[in-house]
This record gives sequence, structure tokens and C-alpha cells, in this order.
Amino acid sequence: MKWKTIEKRNFSALVEELAKENEVIGPLKEKNTVTSVRITSENEVCLDFWNTKKPPKEVFFPQTETLFTYRTSKNDAEIIESPAIRKKMVLVGVRPCDSRSLVLLDKFLSSGEHKDVYYLEKRKNATIVGLACNHPLSTCFCTSLGGSPSGKEGMDLLLQDINDKYLIQTVTEKGEKLLEKISWLKDAKKADIEKGKKLSSDAEAAVRSKVSLSDVSEKLDKMFDDPFWDQICQKCLGCGVCTFLCPTCCCFDVLEEGEERVRIWDSCQFLCFALQGSGHNPRPSGKERMRQRIMHKFNYFVKNYGKSFCVGCGRCVQECPVNLDIRDVVKTISARKVE
Amino acid sequence: MNNPYIPNLVVIRKITTENEARDIKTFELVFKDPKAMRSFGYRCGQFAEISVFGAGECPIGIASSPMEEDSIQFTVKRVGVVTTALHNSVEGTVIGVRGPYGNGFPMEKMEGRNVVIVGGGFAFTTLRSLTNFILHEANRDRFKEITVIYGARDPGELIYKYDIEAWGKRKDINLNVTIDRAVTGWSGLVGFVPAVLKEVAPSSENAIAIVCGPPIMIKFTMPVIDELGFSPEEVYLSLEMRMKCGIGKCGRCNIGNKFVCKDGPVFTFEELKMMPREY
Repeated sequence: MKWKTIEKRNFSALVEELAKENEVIGPLKEKNTVTSVRITSENEVCLDFWNTKKPPKEVFFPQTETLFTYRTSKNDAEIIESPAIRKKMVLVGVRPCDSRSLVLLDKFLSSGEHKDVYYLEKRKNATIVGLACNHPLSTCFCTSLGGSPSGKEGMDLLLQDINDKYLIQTVTEKGEKLLEKISWLKDAKKADIEKGKKLSSDAEAAVRSKVSLSDVSEKLDKMFDDPFWDQICQKCLGCGVCTFLCPTCCCFDVLEEGEERVRIWDSCQFLCFALQGSGHNPRPSGKERMRQRIMHKFNYFVKNYGKSFCVGCGRCVQECPVNLDIRDVVKTISARKVE
Repeated sequence: MNNPYIPNLVVIRKITTENEARDIKTFELVFKDPKAMRSFGYRCGQFAEISVFGAGECPIGIASSPMEEDSIQFTVKRVGVVTTALHNSVEGTVIGVRGPYGNGFPMEKMEGRNVVIVGGGFAFTTLRSLTNFILHEANRDRFKEITVIYGARDPGELIYKYDIEAWGKRKDINLNVTIDRAVTGWSGLVGFVPAVLKEVAPSSENAIAIVCGPPIMIKFTMPVIDELGFSPEEVYLSLEMRMKCGIGKCGRCNIGNKFVCKDGPVFTFEELKMMPREY
């Protein structure tokens, strides 16, 4: 592990350096939100933000993605595969919760006999430069899910704002290699590292929102038919924003657009999601759909991959139009007496 | 990395209308690339994703027996956008197929045992694949008694009449074809599948049962299966759910933590009892 520092005013020079061989994607302030976009000479990366509106999953799993195109003639058809994306990418300013989400997505999308090549090809070419959180929000609950405001899971480099400069910590060899080419970075002083550590422990303590997940998966095993689902789904509008903005939700629909087969984000919160050709719908009301979302995150995924499918980023809490708080749902499950 | 989303190109060689309502057709497909046919190697009970270019993709059970080497068949009911486009296609049209997917029937477990095949309506497609596979001269010796119970609403809705006729001439299959209500001109069995199963009463001794059908048939068949003494681990059912990718990624066909596309579609009755009732 190596420690470096960079003056804040020199950060754009670092981005410029990285952009020589990579496509740099980073947070950008636009109107009232921060979104991750391609950084060019026309815009400047912004590292003074809470979190991006949309999670970084969209870089690897875009909202709309062409799987292949085709041409058909009277008695023939030809498939034209989309060229693999070979360009190297550097994602700058990824928060620890979001970086963890990529590790979970990697697990899921590379599992089984058939791998999701579209996601994995892009992922393979990407380097993640994380950014530690010094000021967690009231909706943040990463520490309950095994994360931390200065967590390094899924990152190649970790940046931390230590007032006048960023402390850079190398996490992987890939990250180290990226820095090798930038000779003008200074080695971090002991005081810088100490300062970073202090900020990290302060941030850790600042994540006040806590939920206990210790027995949630087990309880959910016995709660499939619990009347609780009838109650919690009552105020849900079924808009799906919780799933679209979730850094781990990756359900998709496949459809035709012109002479293209595309996949688009889909949501288990929608009526048509599981509707069968016969008209039968195994999840006909909000109750079943809410249950699917919670079960998938805190029970099904735990059974299949040993972890919750949630990183505690709090986007679903912030953006829900009716203030349905996933932390309350988990707390209620945790407090529930089941036989 | 192998891209599982790219279909193989196939030509529709033959279209057979299966029922009186003309909304069920069997499509015989030939791979454009013979190598792709060989690498497609499938087992009874698996399914594939069929692409109709311009309409989309949908999962369909494979209706032909793996013993047929030069083509694969799918029997498709016209219900939605893709199946309607497929029904409107003519022989010679090029479409796409990717797969095979799913676990299929437990062929190894059936060897040396009696096999009871119970099916209703349009769900008989993969059971037809199974029956033809077992009855093939290269395989028949490996299985003991074969009992088939197949029901449809009326004679016009019976699919695979040509197969039923051929099976009926054989001595090595106990074939019971039934329709729901008596009609003139029908001399065969009359009654619902569960009632006929009860009457035929195949022994559960050294036997495996395979059941496919509409939910209502399953509901009334399972108690009869139970009465006949089949233990839940020896009874296999094939499930249906809405699917998009067929490979466990699109996230919609799960029942509990199992995906019907990759962990199923065939489950034992015992497994099914452990799963949440959401299908």
C-alpha cells in the first residue's frame, strides 16, 4: 500500500493526465444534482458533493443498451454483434457504498454457467478511484451493511479530502500502476495519513443511522405469508424509483427497437414485471411486489451469495415520493416475533 | 467471452397446425450452421429462447426428442407479440434460437424404473419430447413400464395426434388419452386427468412420475399422486414463469431464491413444497 497526496488545485491536472489513456468518468455538478459523466477538457470533475443522483452501475449496465443489431431480408437474417468496448475507463469519485455495490453486481452477473458479458467486459476495463465520505448524510446506513464511509471494497485507489489536499491510498496493483505514470505526486507525510485516519473514524461515528440485520434473513424465511406485507405496501405508489436508483438493482427487460435488440432497466415494482402470457400474474399486487424487493435484498441474495443485496447508500430513502424508508421496514422485520 | 445473448440462426422448415382453434403450431427448425446444431445438444425438459426478428424473444419448451439429429421442434401457442409474429411466419423464414436452458427431466434417475407421465392441454410439449425419447429403439430397454396419461378439453384440442396414433400401435406403452366431456365421434376415455389417473392407478413401486399441466390440473392431480404412494422426491413438475434472458440474470422468474430458468424449470414436488407459494 502506498500513500500519496495531491493539492486540490492540481486535481484537474491529474484528471487530464489520466484522460490521455483512459476515458475518465466523474461527478459533475449540473443544476441542482451531481451526475457521473465523461470528463473532458470542457468540464471539470467535482469532488465536493454528497453522492451522485444515479449510482455508477449505469456505466457498466446502462439504462438502455444494444445487445446486437440485425438485418433481415425475405428469406434470411444476419446478426451484427456490438463491438466489445476496449477503451479503458477510470471512474473518479465513487463513494464507498457504490464501490461495494459493484462488488455485489460482479458476484451476481458473473455467477452461473452463463455470464453477463456486456457488464463484465466494461467492468474488466475499469479502474475505480473512490472517494471517502467525511460527512455522511442522515440517510446513510452503510455501516449496518458491512461497509464504511472510508471503505475500500471494490476500489483500486481511495481518495480522501483532508482539507487543502487529497490523500491518495493505493488499494490494488491496478491502482498502483495508474499512479506510477504520474511522477509529480508527492508522497504523503505522516501527519497527512494521521489526519485521514482521524477523519475516517469521525465519519464512521457520524453514521448514526443504524439497522440490525443479524436475524433479518432468518426471520424473513418465516415471514412470507406474514400480514406485515399488507401493511407496508399500502403507501407505495409503485413508481419504481427505489429500484432504478438502487446501486445493486439490475433487473432488465429485453425488447426490439428498430433492427436492434436492446435491454432496458426494469423494476420488480411494476405490474407487468412478472405477468405471464396466459394473463396469470404471480405478483398481482403491491404486496407481492414489495415483498419481492425486500426478500430479494435481505433473504434470497443472502441465501445465494452470503450477503445482503443492499449497501446502505440511502438513495431509495431520499428519493421515495411517499417516504417509504427501507430502514424502517428492516427494523420492523427485526422487531417482529415469528414462530 | 462467449456471448449468451446472441441467438443461432435457424430456418423454419415445416409448420404444423396442431389444434382445431389453430392457435397452437409446431415449428420444425433447422440450424443454418450445422455445427451450431451439434453444439446445441439438449435434454428432454429443457427450453430455448426463440427470436422473431422485429418482434422479440420468448422462452419455449423443446418439443422434439434429442434423438432427432437434424432439426429441433417447438410447439407454440399464440398468446403475445412474439408468438403471434411466429404464427404469422411462413416456412423458410429465418428466426433465432439460443439455448438450451434449464435443468430438464432427470433421465438418469428414470433408468431401470417405471415412468408415469401425466400431462394436460398445451403443457404436453416437453412430455412429448420425453415420451418420444424413451420410446426410441436405442433407449426403450433402459426404462421399464411407461404409462402416459394425457388429457385435453376436447378432441380438437389434442395436440400431436400423429404421435398419439403411432404410440397407440405399440405394445410397450400404456397410453391413456382423455377428453374433458363426451362428444360424438370420440370413442376414447372421457374425464379429467386426475380422475383418469386414479382409474389407471399406475403403481408407485420403483416408479417416477412426471407431471406437467395447467395449475388447476396440478392442484387436483397431486393428491391422487400422493394416494398412489409416490413420495414427493419421486414426483417431478415443470414450472412456467415470465422470463426474458433465460440465464438467471434479468431477475423476473424467481420463486424464492431459485430461478425457474436456471435452477428449474423441473423441480421435485418435495422442492416445490419448500419454496414460497408465488407461482
